[in-house]
Amino acid sequence: MENKTKIHAEENKQDLVITREFDLPVALLFKAYVEPEIVAQWMGTKVLKLESKKYGSWEFETSDPNGNVVFKANGVIHDFIPNEKIVRTFEMENSNFAPQLEFLEFEKITDETSKLTMQIIYKSIEHRAAQLKLPFGFGLNMAHNRLEEIVTKLKQNEQEK
Amino acid sequence: MTSLYLQSNNCVMEIRRDVFQAIADPTRRAILSLVAIQSMTPGAIAENFDSSRQTISKHIQILSECELLNQTQNGREIYYHLNPVKMKEIDSFIEPFRKMWEERFDKLEAIMKNYKK
Repeated sequence: MENKTKIHAEENKQDLVITREFDLPVALLFKAYVEPEIVAQWMGTKVLKLESKKYGSWEFETSDPNGNVVFKANGVIHDFIPNEKIVRTFEMENSNFAPQLEFLEFEKITDETSKLTMQIIYKSIEHRAAQLKLPFGFGLNMAHNRLEEIVTKLKQNEQEK
Repeated sequence: MTSLYLQSNNCVMEIRRDVFQAIADPTRRAILSLVAIQSMTPGAIAENFDSSRQTISKHIQILSECELLNQTQNGREIYYHLNPVKMKEIDSFIEPFRKMWEERFDKLEAIMKNYKK
């Protein structure tokens, strides 16, 4: 079965594009990005703030079962056109990653299907590589930071050989 | 190759696909991070989770099958530890990133289908 979610990451560039077609009318796809309680469900994070409008801002936070915050991210919304596009920034707090810029475009394919194109622009080619080389993407789980350290250490060991 | 199109990439080694499945699950990632610090018995690992012992055993089994965990016998106890060689294999590709988004989008689609009508 073909993967529905595609990632196009050209070499030596500092952006990447994620595309996905949904079995949903574009209005519902867009709604999933706007309603805080819905965002919380599919992103698997707590939504502290989500002001879906131009000049608005957002804040997500994820805790482990013991209540320790393991992931915190925030950003501002630069453009917001219902059922068409969202332009926003994304910054992972307490990390070495620079904020990134995200362009989300929502398109109607048919009355019942739609497409999302998400372009993420990183600070540099290196920043994109660092993000992708994290074994598990954004650290939405407690394993993430430690594993990142381990992988980095392994790589260093490898280079020393 | 100037670009990577990560679609149904059948040339990805079978074994790699297994590793990706193994790390796709948050509990299994948490297990990996625990044993990365020290070797642990299945009981000690399970104590860190709210899930049942059987559930954790199942996760340990999957991680072992993918060779992410090695085990050593010490008397009666089995200790699990991280297999660093295997961990290195999962270091540098886009697939886990793609998979993370795929999972989120699948969820989004499932949730929003309830709003249809």
